[in-house]
Amino acid sequence: MTSIILLSVLGIINLFLGFLRSNKILLPAAMVILALVFGANLLDWNAAPESYFSGMLTIDRYSVAFTGIVTLTTLLLIPFSQKYVRDGQENLAEYYSLLLFSLVGAIMMVSYDNLLMLFVGIEILSVAMYVVAGSDKRNVRSNEAALKYFLMGSFATGILLFGIALVYGATGAFSLIDIAGAVVQPANATFRPMLYIGMLLMFVGISFKVSAAPFHYWTPDVYEGTPTFFTAFMSTVVKTAGFAAFFKLLMVAFQAAESFWIPTIMAITVLTLLIGNVGAVAQTSVKRMLAYSSISHAGYLFIGLVALNGKLSANGIFFYSLAYSVATVASFGVLKLVADQRQREDYAVLNGLAKTNPLLAFVMTVAMLSLAGIPLTGGFFGKFFIFGAAMDKGYIGLVVFAVLMSMVSIYYYLRPVIAMYMRPAEEDMTEPVAVGPFQSAILVLLALLTILLGVLPGLLSKVL
Amino acid sequence: MLTVFLLLFPVAAALLLHFAKGNAARVMALGAALVEFAVAVYAAVISQLTAQTQFEVNVPWIASSGINFHVGMDGLSLVLVLLTAFLVPLIILASFRHDYPNASAFYALILFMQTGLIGVFVSLDAFLFYFFWEVALIPIYFLAGVWGSERRIAVTFKFFLYTIIGSLFMLAAFVYLYFQTGLHGAARSSDLLAFYNLTLSSDQQSWVFWLIFIAFAVKMPIFPFHTWQPDTYTESPTPATMLLSGIMLKMGIYGTLRWLLPIVPKGVSHWGPLVMVLCIIGIIYGAIIAIRQRDVKRLIAYSSLSHVGLMAAGVFSLTMIGLQGTVIQMLAHGVNVVGMFFIADIIQRRTGTRDIAELGGLTKNTPALSVTFLVLLLSTVALPLTAGFVGEFLLLGGVYQYNHWMGAVAGLTIILGAVYLLRMFQRVMLGPDTQFTATIKDLTGSELAVLVPLIVLVFWLGLFPGTFMRISEPAITQIMTIVTR
Repeated sequence: MTSIILLSVLGIINLFLGFLRSNKILLPAAMVILALVFGANLLDWNAAPESYFSGMLTIDRYSVAFTGIVTLTTLLLIPFSQKYVRDGQENLAEYYSLLLFSLVGAIMMVSYDNLLMLFVGIEILSVAMYVVAGSDKRNVRSNEAALKYFLMGSFATGILLFGIALVYGATGAFSLIDIAGAVVQPANATFRPMLYIGMLLMFVGISFKVSAAPFHYWTPDVYEGTPTFFTAFMSTVVKTAGFAAFFKLLMVAFQAAESFWIPTIMAITVLTLLIGNVGAVAQTSVKRMLAYSSISHAGYLFIGLVALNGKLSANGIFFYSLAYSVATVASFGVLKLVADQRQREDYAVLNGLAKTNPLLAFVMTVAMLSLAGIPLTGGFFGKFFIFGAAMDKGYIGLVVFAVLMSMVSIYYYLRPVIAMYMRPAEEDMTEPVAVGPFQSAILVLLALLTILLGVLPGLLSKVL
Repeated sequence: MLTVFLLLFPVAAALLLHFAKGNAARVMALGAALVEFAVAVYAAVISQLTAQTQFEVNVPWIASSGINFHVGMDGLSLVLVLLTAFLVPLIILASFRHDYPNASAFYALILFMQTGLIGVFVSLDAFLFYFFWEVALIPIYFLAGVWGSERRIAVTFKFFLYTIIGSLFMLAAFVYLYFQTGLHGAARSSDLLAFYNLTLSSDQQSWVFWLIFIAFAVKMPIFPFHTWQPDTYTESPTPATMLLSGIMLKMGIYGTLRWLLPIVPKGVSHWGPLVMVLCIIGIIYGAIIAIRQRDVKRLIAYSSLSHVGLMAAGVFSLTMIGLQGTVIQMLAHGVNVVGMFFIADIIQRRTGTRDIAELGGLTKNTPALSVTFLVLLLSTVALPLTAGFVGEFLLLGGVYQYNHWMGAVAGLTIILGAVYLLRMFQRVMLGPDTQFTATIKDLTGSELAVLVPLIVLVFWLGLFPGTFMRISEPAITQIMTIVTR
């Protein structure tokens, strides 16, 4: 709870710091705020689970763990904000504050105990995202992204709300525990279809938010049009919070109706894996490839949902989200630095990067290997734990399919590596990309974190 | 602790290399590799000749899942660790004449690779084994892909995809076995012994066999999983080719001995005949294609394909002499092929070509080169007194025990080997000079420093194979008892 309060209060203070109009103050201020929140959040780790607002929010280890991921991700991402959030730009402080406020939404999503809180959390997060998607105001693509995201997103929100209403109608409750009771023992069997329709509509709404197929169509365009810094935020924080919320919903509220919804979720999983991976193969822009790759990672995380394997799944989703977030921040960070200077986002922009910027190339390589799930990186153990949870429940076919898809993914994750190390730089791109010392340090930290997760996974494999 | 040192020392040295530049980097790398070799020899000297795993370390890795960092060496591991530690300094020394750009990264990757290789040979936990198996792939991919010749990008990409897809099958099998260990209320474990103690039905064994086998078959490679091999060997820079053929190929054979035969013995006896046929096809196929090659490096690559087929056949013959022959032949092949690729590299560097048709008459100016080349070549052809003879003799004996006809066909490898190797020697070294070869110089000191240890080992293995067979014998006997129980 401290983290929510801190973020809200300090977020407002940060907004007022905007009168100074200087990134020199705003960026460190935002980082200090995030570091404070991260620390305050960890303090709750050993505290007993505590409910707030008449049991609508619960801060327990589950929420602390996922809050930890989203704050850490934002903290490590924010140093790459430069240029989109330029010195002297009008709305500098607003963007930082929007991120801080949106984190409040993310934290509510991972600690809700009541569907209303879930809805409010999702909306706080989403509204902020609609705004930042269009933050590059004079760029047509950015405007298109914002409009597309807003229209589709509000539609999805409507569907989610409709689902919540139907579930309420069938069970008479918003609280997860009460819903669970009603799902096990319905008061009136005629409400059953209503409950099921409500569930499905909720699934559609949340699947949209985490960009799972077939509700993913907005993703590539929005990710491409949105300034890279915010794209990275969307594909990490929004996704992590979304899956934490989704898992809690399924595990606590709907588990008893497992036999009904597992086929649906399974179909979404297969489709997401297929579209994400096959779609990524065909891309010519690194950024679009990363957009499709983020769809495919939603698919792997879905396997943790299908498995619905209590602690195994929760730990799997936690580890996977962490490894995925770290690697994604690293890859978008590098891409942003390179693309900003060279004004392109295709694969060729990375050609010869190993010569001009060995550090960037190394970090990008580690990130790509981690996303591809190759050992020595955290991504491997993320997949390992998630697949393990599913195997434990006997979903062998699904795991085999996921493994086949991750073979496909090796193809597109190696392309940036090949470009950076094995192809010569294009003639007009032999200048090194300018990277600040602080950004270099953060990139090294991200790479080391990824390798640490891949070498000593035992540190974080059983936190929940 | 000795094992952990052997495992971590190269990677630590690799990290330090980043602070060195150019010449200093290669000298440091060589120094580190020599230290590693000294420690490996020390381990071999103080080890006991029993089937017991020695120098064992077993600490939790992913404690919550029963996955341990369990390493140790028995005789079989020790022999391969020795081979690795012996070859890596020579491979580094062999590259001294080249001026590879970004040398510190180049040598750091070689040392990093060494950690992966040694890790594969000492791991006693399935997931740790898989971990190192992939760790060994990453540096070699970059070595071949960054410093290779023109067609390297497509070729190494194919290599990477082949091996990683193969190993994902193996991972799937390990995960399956890991879950099997927990079936009867026991805690799940991925320890080697837990896998050995599994009681799998014949059906289970026969499909688990393929999952694991494909990973090893791609790595060795066995026909028809070999298509990445000739191109990758040819396009890679010579040190990478040496690592691939001299050591990495042995990962597959070692894996078969340690992680396939004892875990799914019924699967092995069920599919063994088919695999034997594939091996024999590989032997003949590799040899016949080698005859037609014009490129020296490519010829050696195909000859390596032919020889690895024989080694794999020895493994699947499931006879004591077949397995012992495999161990000796792994050493002999490592020495021979590294030497041969080095000589091909020397010739190419001096003359600017590897095309057999453009070469000729090298013996006149290069007596030392000719003699070393001939010795290595005859060892590859398996002439008595040389390393190749002992290995191939035992292997053919094993295959013959398994099936007379297969033994007879596999025996052709010696004849065919003589055909393509002696033909190459004759065309390259004898005959009239060509425009490329008229002014060739003989071996230099550093080149001799690589070749002399290799030659010494060729004769050592040829005359006193017992030194090494004694080390590996208890381990092999133990594997045989598990397989035949």
